[in-house]
Amino acid sequence: MRLPFTRRKPAPSKAERYATATQLQLTWWRFCRHRLAVVSLIVLLLAYTAAIMADFLATTDPHQTNAATSYIEPQAIHWFDNGGFHPFVYGLKGARDMRTFKLSYKVDTSRKVYLDLFAHNYDYSLFGFRTDIHLFGLRNANRNDGIYILGTDQLGRDLWSRLAVATRVSLFIGLVGVSISLFLGVILGGVSAIYGGWIDILVQRMIEVVRSMPTIPLWLGLSAAMPSSWSVTQVYLAITIIISLLSWTDLARTVRGKFLSLREEDFVLAAELAGASQARIIFFHMLPSFTSHIIAAVSLALPAMIISETSLSFLGLGLRPPAISWGVLLQDAQNVQTLVLAPWLLTVAVPVIIVILAFNFLGDGLRDAADPYG
Amino acid sequence: MNADVILDVRGLRKFFPIRKGLLRRVVGNVRAVDRVSFFIRRGETLALVGESGCGKTTVSRCILRALTPTEGSVLFHHDGQTVDLAKLRRRALRPLRRHMQMVFQDPYASLNPRMVVGDIIGEPLLINGMRDRTERRARVQELMELVHLPASVMNRFPHAFSGGQRQRIGIARALALNPSLVVADEPVSALDVSVQAQILNLMLDLQDRLGLTYLFVAHDLSVVKHVSNRVAVMYVGRIVEVAETETLYASPLHPYTEALLSAAPAPVPGAVSSRIILEREIADPANPPPGCAFHPRCRYATARCREETPELAEIAPGRHVACLRAAELSLRGIGKAPAA
Repeated sequence: MRLPFTRRKPAPSKAERYATATQLQLTWWRFCRHRLAVVSLIVLLLAYTAAIMADFLATTDPHQTNAATSYIEPQAIHWFDNGGFHPFVYGLKGARDMRTFKLSYKVDTSRKVYLDLFAHNYDYSLFGFRTDIHLFGLRNANRNDGIYILGTDQLGRDLWSRLAVATRVSLFIGLVGVSISLFLGVILGGVSAIYGGWIDILVQRMIEVVRSMPTIPLWLGLSAAMPSSWSVTQVYLAITIIISLLSWTDLARTVRGKFLSLREEDFVLAAELAGASQARIIFFHMLPSFTSHIIAAVSLALPAMIISETSLSFLGLGLRPPAISWGVLLQDAQNVQTLVLAPWLLTVAVPVIIVILAFNFLGDGLRDAADPYG
Repeated sequence: MNADVILDVRGLRKFFPIRKGLLRRVVGNVRAVDRVSFFIRRGETLALVGESGCGKTTVSRCILRALTPTEGSVLFHHDGQTVDLAKLRRRALRPLRRHMQMVFQDPYASLNPRMVVGDIIGEPLLINGMRDRTERRARVQELMELVHLPASVMNRFPHAFSGGQRQRIGIARALALNPSLVVADEPVSALDVSVQAQILNLMLDLQDRLGLTYLFVAHDLSVVKHVSNRVAVMYVGRIVEVAETETLYASPLHPYTEALLSAAPAPVPGAVSSRIILEREIADPANPPPGCAFHPRCRYATARCREETPELAEIAPGRHVACLRAAELSLRGIGKAPAA
């Protein structure tokens, strides 16, 4: 490489761009080289967009039960009809089983129900606006007709719509939980490193105690302590807090380690020798040096958080119906009988796996890119 | 004491406690610096020389109060006043910091990679009350010219510079506050040999122009010879010899100095090396041997050296040595003795 300042004219050359690139730019350039992480980032952005727009994507009210539509198999959307683009699904027809005398609904291929874009359905609020417009819906539908892309559950609720709402709950429980544990981690880890001495020892032992507790019995105990009269929102908050109270330890250790290693850096000493105050050193020199590490640590903590919620709810210790989350949905797929009858209930595991993997790849990429000077 | 002395270090000690066990009980001390005394005259360069781990960096950090000495005093003479830096509290120290600055060994670690060069050099100015942006910019420009860096690179980040250029930035930052004393902690040992000379010449030039006083910490005697007026040799936390540079090189009085000198590469092609190889490891400062700390490696050691600890004594004007046999030994130096 040419020496940066042997150039006479500061043309916007590649070398010049590199020379004046901020830390964020360098990190970004390096992150972009990690293909898998970039793909993961896009996947996650899509997932969170979908989560925010969950009600918009839903085709029917996720809470609405209908005995008639119990265990409908996933339906394909047919895109072309009569040589033109006219998406439709087949309607449902009730038929009595002559052996059991049970009325069950089957797909009726003789009747087509056409799809509309931006159709009206149940009311919901998006960014504070009340609306009833959904991405697509049915035109002239019978009571039992529906777009069952992923099938329905035992109570006849559309799995696709439920999955959309569950994604919102599960993804944001992760974010809220990580924010709480990040707050705890940075404060406790920072205090531990800056003050040292017995405070440091106290915090470190506390971390060890928290980490050595077996999580499942603890969750059991804590969720048993939750009054059953609590509303869905209260339970939601309580679960978030329980999860984050246990997962701040990793972040606290990362923060403490970074503080300790940065304190020995020459540029920190240089600032101190120039007469800089403690606050200036912490906020101008130390914190900017490890925000990228914290972001990476957070992106690795998020999937753990989401998995915690999912497994808690799956075990019936976390969110409970009528709340909808990934764990709650998977709970329906818990026994063999349902799996034989309605294997499509397991499709909920697919977004869980995709999101967790994407978070892990993203975390990897961020961690590699976090320190462009390393 | 002489009126033109700027810094007078007396009986400086710095122990690092060794803690063990659950209760972090102190089980011993690393005697990193043990009763070090020396002085620096205004405008001169004193070199502090020794092997890695001998405590020379600890001494320099105690002087700047990056570390708090365990014992002893660091008398700093400034504006006709004398302050003991070792005893000052952090807060009282801050206004004095501007008079003594440091140049670091590692030009990569000593510049904050998240700040542009202009901000790095300007930071001491900002901290010490130069709030005005344009005023600060002008001063930064001036400083950059002083260390031969074009002012146009002010908006670049340190990662765009080579080691030598970074060291210039470090020097500019150290000079920002017009210090009278600059502590240079091995300022060239991390640089390429070709760049070392440039930086050393720059430092000498700046000393002439700005009337700086240097404490120059080094492990390399060939570098020291080029820049310093006087040399203090350290071994395991103690000073073993202090003398004018040329005198020390020509006729060392301490066996350790002799060994160090013999290790310096001769600038003559084909010169036969008569290097004295020191056997055994450097003494452990947590557990120094009894008597003279150097005796296990000294080829002149006697039974007396194992029992008695030599004190630094002035055996000729301006010549201090801590060796029991200093008077009887005649040691080999390099170069010619200065004309008397």
